[in-house]
Amino acid sequence: MAKTYFTEDHEWLRVEGGVATVGITDYAQEQLGDLVFVELPEIGRKLAKGDTAVVVESVKAASDVYAPVDGEITEANGSLSADPSLVNSAATGDGWLWKMKLSNESQLDGLMDEAAYKAHIG
Amino acid sequence: MTGEDTKHLPLEDLHNAAGARFGAFAGWSMPLTYPAGVMKEHLHTREHAGLFDISHMKLFVVSGPGAAALLDRACPLDAGALDISQSKYTFFLNEAAGIIDDLIVTRLGDDRFMVVANAGNAVEDEEHLTALAADFDAKVEPLDRVFLAIQGPDAWAALARAGIETGTLLFMHGVEPRPNWFMSRSGYTGEDGFEIGLPQADARDLVAKLLEDERVQWIGLAARDSLRLEAGLCLHGQDLSPEIDPASAGLMWAIPKELRTSGHFIGADALRSILERGAAQKRVGLKPEGRQPVRAGAALVDADGHPAGHVASGGFGPSAGHPVAMGYVNAPLAKPGAKLFADVRGTKIPIDVVSLPFTPHRYRKG
Repeated sequence: MAKTYFTEDHEWLRVEGGVATVGITDYAQEQLGDLVFVELPEIGRKLAKGDTAVVVESVKAASDVYAPVDGEITEANGSLSADPSLVNSAATGDGWLWKMKLSNESQLDGLMDEAAYKAHIG
Repeated sequence: MTGEDTKHLPLEDLHNAAGARFGAFAGWSMPLTYPAGVMKEHLHTREHAGLFDISHMKLFVVSGPGAAALLDRACPLDAGALDISQSKYTFFLNEAAGIIDDLIVTRLGDDRFMVVANAGNAVEDEEHLTALAADFDAKVEPLDRVFLAIQGPDAWAALARAGIETGTLLFMHGVEPRPNWFMSRSGYTGEDGFEIGLPQADARDLVAKLLEDERVQWIGLAARDSLRLEAGLCLHGQDLSPEIDPASAGLMWAIPKELRTSGHFIGADALRSILERGAAQKRVGLKPEGRQPVRAGAALVDADGHPAGHVASGGFGPSAGHPVAMGYVNAPLAKPGAKLFADVRGTKIPIDVVSLPFTPHRYRKG
């Protein structure tokens, strides 16, 4: 059964079987504006919490998206190469960014659930 | 996000009501985008008409028997040769011919000129011009105005519907159509359009009338930037600075030929020696390969990996449909077709020198 977590940096993680699908929240995509490019991570790259995993580029600026937990990249959302605006139109669905195998599931305990995240963004 | 010293637009309440997202620019809290978003706002301007609040920019009236002489000293300009209502793109230069600010000067009368200056340099510009004015029989008067730009192919028709006829006004001309109004056919998008400085109460009336027209939408600073970049127009602070001269910037077209040899403007001697030895670097258009934008500050290298210059402005061009940039490259490489590489976070992205603009200008010249 998948469970969804949120970070203070406006990312979401959907965790199932030790693998997290990661994206940015609807609030984050609204702040960024129209995305024109997503620099996807290499499969197999090992990330520590806080490392830059992906760079999303809007018309105006480039923004880092950080690994919310430790782990190894298992998949990147290739459809964003052709259509980065999926992140705007479906941030928590088809606009996911990458999947990672978690190396320390206890890190999830420090993250927010949806209610806490909603309170966080006010 | 905005400090106590941040200046606020007189029409800020209207932008709030329109759902603007604000950000800091040149000391002002400015609408960056509206709910439509930068992409749609940009395209709307090219297809219909965009309304921009540019009240952060500064208007000065320079007047008096010595007004033309003052401007001829401050700018590489023959102010006395301008026809009444004619506008000219020019600069304040320092002694080294560096660009203190880029401006538009319009002749309003025999001894009256309007100077439109950038927000970020307004204070410095006023001090500079006022200090110079001490040697001339001329007065420098900063105006307190709302300043609006309406840009795009439907701009003239939207103004006509709002009761403002623009028919005889051609590109780079400006007039005072009503008391305390200044209206020029100009802008910074590459489209036909107008810039109107006017008192706040009049501005509120005009904005209300314009926004009744579905062809007109508020456009934020984000799209203003992508529009001007596609049009190959310089932003002071990025593409121009006191360290950059008009020859390097590829703006010699703005300086009358005879002034290049005989002008007595500040920086004339320095500019002459730059022209004699040739600018070391020149501003060019740059087209990155692929979809990834290359931003201001990115280093450029040639095919052998040698430093070739840098990117001064870069982003995505919604009308062009690809990333667009401008930058400074070593003079021998400043030719369309030169192939360079931009360093983006350690990756070398192929980037070609191309001619500007990225989207053709559609000015109404006659």
